Amino acid sequence: MSDTSLTPGIVAGRLDPKAYTENFSDLHPRLEGHEARVAADRCYFCHDAPCIAACPTEIDIPLFIRQIATGTPEAAAETILSQNILGGMCARVCPTETLCEQACVREAAEGKPVLIGQLQRYATDTLMEAGTHPFTRAAPTGKRIAVVGAGPAGLACAHRLAMKGHDVTMYDGRDKPGGLNEYGIAAYKTVEGFAEREVEWLLKIGGITVETGKRLGRDMTLAEMRGAHDAVFLGIGLGGVNALGLEAEDKDGIANAVDFIAELRQTGDLASLPVGRDVVVIGGGMTAVDAAVQAKLLGALNVSLVYRRGRDRMNASPYEQDLAASKGVRIITNAQPVAIHGNGAVREIEFEYTDNDLTPTGQTFRLAADQVFKAIGQTLEGGDLPDLEGRKIKVSGAGRTSLDGVWAGGDCAVGGDDLTVTAVAQGRDAAEDIHASLMG
Amino acid sequence: MANLETTFVGIKSPNPFWLASAPPTDKEYNVRRAFEAGWGGVVWKTLGEDGPPVVNVNGPRYGAIWGADRRLLGLNNIELITDRPLQTNLDEMTRVKRDYPDRALIASLMVPVNEDSWKAILERVLETGCDGVELNFGCPHGMSERGMGSAVGQVPEYVQQVTEWCKKHSDLPVIVKLTPNIADIRKPAQAAKEGGADAVSLINTINSITSVDLDLFSPEPMIDGQGAHGGYCGPAVKPIALNMVAEIARDPGLRGLPISGIGGVTTWRDAAEFMALGAGNVQVCTAAMTYGFKIVQEMISGLSQYMDEKGFASIDDLVGRAVPNVVNWQDLNLNYVTKARIDQEACIKCGRCYAACEDTSHQAISMSEDRVFEVIDAECVACNLCVNVCPVDSCITMERLAAGEVDPRTGLTVSDSYANWTTHPNNPMKCAAE
Repeated sequence: MSDTSLTPGIVAGRLDPKAYTENFSDLHPRLEGHEARVAADRCYFCHDAPCIAACPTEIDIPLFIRQIATGTPEAAAETILSQNILGGMCARVCPTETLCEQACVREAAEGKPVLIGQLQRYATDTLMEAGTHPFTRAAPTGKRIAVVGAGPAGLACAHRLAMKGHDVTMYDGRDKPGGLNEYGIAAYKTVEGFAEREVEWLLKIGGITVETGKRLGRDMTLAEMRGAHDAVFLGIGLGGVNALGLEAEDKDGIANAVDFIAELRQTGDLASLPVGRDVVVIGGGMTAVDAAVQAKLLGALNVSLVYRRGRDRMNASPYEQDLAASKGVRIITNAQPVAIHGNGAVREIEFEYTDNDLTPTGQTFRLAADQVFKAIGQTLEGGDLPDLEGRKIKVSGAGRTSLDGVWAGGDCAVGGDDLTVTAVAQGRDAAEDIHASLMG
Repeated sequence: MANLETTFVGIKSPNPFWLASAPPTDKEYNVRRAFEAGWGGVVWKTLGEDGPPVVNVNGPRYGAIWGADRRLLGLNNIELITDRPLQTNLDEMTRVKRDYPDRALIASLMVPVNEDSWKAILERVLETGCDGVELNFGCPHGMSERGMGSAVGQVPEYVQQVTEWCKKHSDLPVIVKLTPNIADIRKPAQAAKEGGADAVSLINTINSITSVDLDLFSPEPMIDGQGAHGGYCGPAVKPIALNMVAEIARDPGLRGLPISGIGGVTTWRDAAEFMALGAGNVQVCTAAMTYGFKIVQEMISGLSQYMDEKGFASIDDLVGRAVPNVVNWQDLNLNYVTKARIDQEACIKCGRCYAACEDTSHQAISMSEDRVFEVIDAECVACNLCVNVCPVDSCITMERLAAGEVDPRTGLTVSDSYANWTTHPNNPMKCAAE
């Protein structure tokens, strides 16, 4: 082994080859059958269950858990997927500790909720591994609908529309469909190409044509889309990345966290992926945590995650924060970057402590950094979009935009928590509204 | 520490925990392990006539039902009596009794219903030095089809006849083991008593099919695609056994007849319940088959602690203590008025009480927008279902209305006097009875 964690600079192959496999293995391996039945047995089958209300897609959680407990995980999966067609991915990436599992009465009672997320994965994996697709298309309607963006919102919308009998063309600017599921989530949450397999499985419904490499504003306009289709759904996400606004932000070694994560997800050989010795991630959301943890897992010696406000304001859940800490990421709060130092490439980054109102305190410190990842939020990109509200597409009802025949959902639209599961709910609900509008 | 020493029909044992006649007591090796583990007595696996032994099935003998985490709740078996030569068993029993003189050793017997057969087997077992015999009138499978086991136990006349033969041809204490596969357990118990039995033991196993294989469409346990009913035992049968024990204990004609309690005894608490209902000792099988012989240590320590806490010096202080409180329905006090009370601090807002009451009972629990569940006294009949379905211990309780309070459901003032159905104005039988 030529390079180690101590090697300065951004280099590949810091770890023993076996370590990569171990570091990037499944964060929560799938439950075995007996484990699943024991976990399922803990569900009280609550009346008007709080977990259902806490799920943005309103999956009937007690019902699917009872179906698992009685030995029919396939039926459980159908219960899940009928509400949330990406139930498999959501089972892996949902912050369940702030959604269904937080609402679980056993969380209130004992601090130990039913393992809803893991049970959901058990059910959906069982069904998907059998290769069956439990939904069929309605009679063709002859309506043609464009879904722009093949991320969670677009996929959910396209599936529901196809199920209703419409012909859907799904466009995406990247080489593969899946959006953030494919490019934007830590590898250890979705191992063995799950995102890609899930899209393949979803498309089994039929009636959906996927056109990749077609980005709105680059390869086509919204006006063209509207002209060629009966309706358009925009699920284009947030393509731009916020800048720090510092001088020398273009120095070598400074990159966007989303690009690092995307590259990591698409790399066949993790040992070939270079990573710094001293990595600094700026930001406090899931993207920041995913970048920081994966940098550490690639063999970085020191990884610091620096957030300008207090811990309680971080968008990353306490669970994610603990995960980062357990992997050796140092979390520094109440500090914002004020200067980048280095000659050509970044060497150090200077921070100033702030109070909770972001008022500078005058106290500064420097962190050694040969690699800096920016994760301070993303922005909407694209031309001829519908009216915005703030920095996102303005919507009313089930994703209706200011333009007739154009709906929007997911991260690009106002509302929701920018979660996969929220995007699925918005895509699904927009599809129902599109269907009602076209067939009304 | 409380004295657990027990004398049951004159047979002494260091504690009231005996192993029932069953697979765990089929061999010297097992029984020695049981005595080493601390069991107070053993009823040896049922012996049959001399001659070629019975032949068991060569496929599965047991079927089961499970609760959460595959906890065994009920077991059924289609095993027969011992399938080893009579002399082998007798020799082993002799050696074991010689080496463990302080433990109870009982011979369980099952031979055809004729006097000579019983006389012959009694003479043989006497040589072992065993402390008593138990007549197996209970097994519901295999042997019953040959006119033995429950085929005898279901006919009181046979029970009495065989008991008489045994008393006539032996001085050993005779315990008659009763089958629960009968409408009124008191009838065979009465027959046993009239035949001179020293005690009855109950229950033997219950006719059962544990499950059906939905691919093969065969009952379990499955033998080559088919299944036969077997004897059901384990924790699931305990409530049935408790009732049958109590029925005998409280029957005026049977009062004082010693009872050895059997049926799902798994913990010291189960044993104490049987004894409170009149059992002088208990016999255990399924719990030992599930967890091994070591469980007796928990039974001994648990019963000792309980007896110390209660100030019971000996087993006799416990036996039968609950019997006077087992009554017929018509004797229950109708002036005992209770209402469900929900401890809001303990409530975890699962809503199971609400679903149960709203869907299947009396619509006596309200649910607010923010999931506060409250009892509507004007509707609550105190059925206890909410208490039973609540997953939180002691969250819902039944509280008695004090005398003088008005029951908002009936509008009647609660009386502190006792009044049962026989005195109730709505009872059409009341006038006739007077």
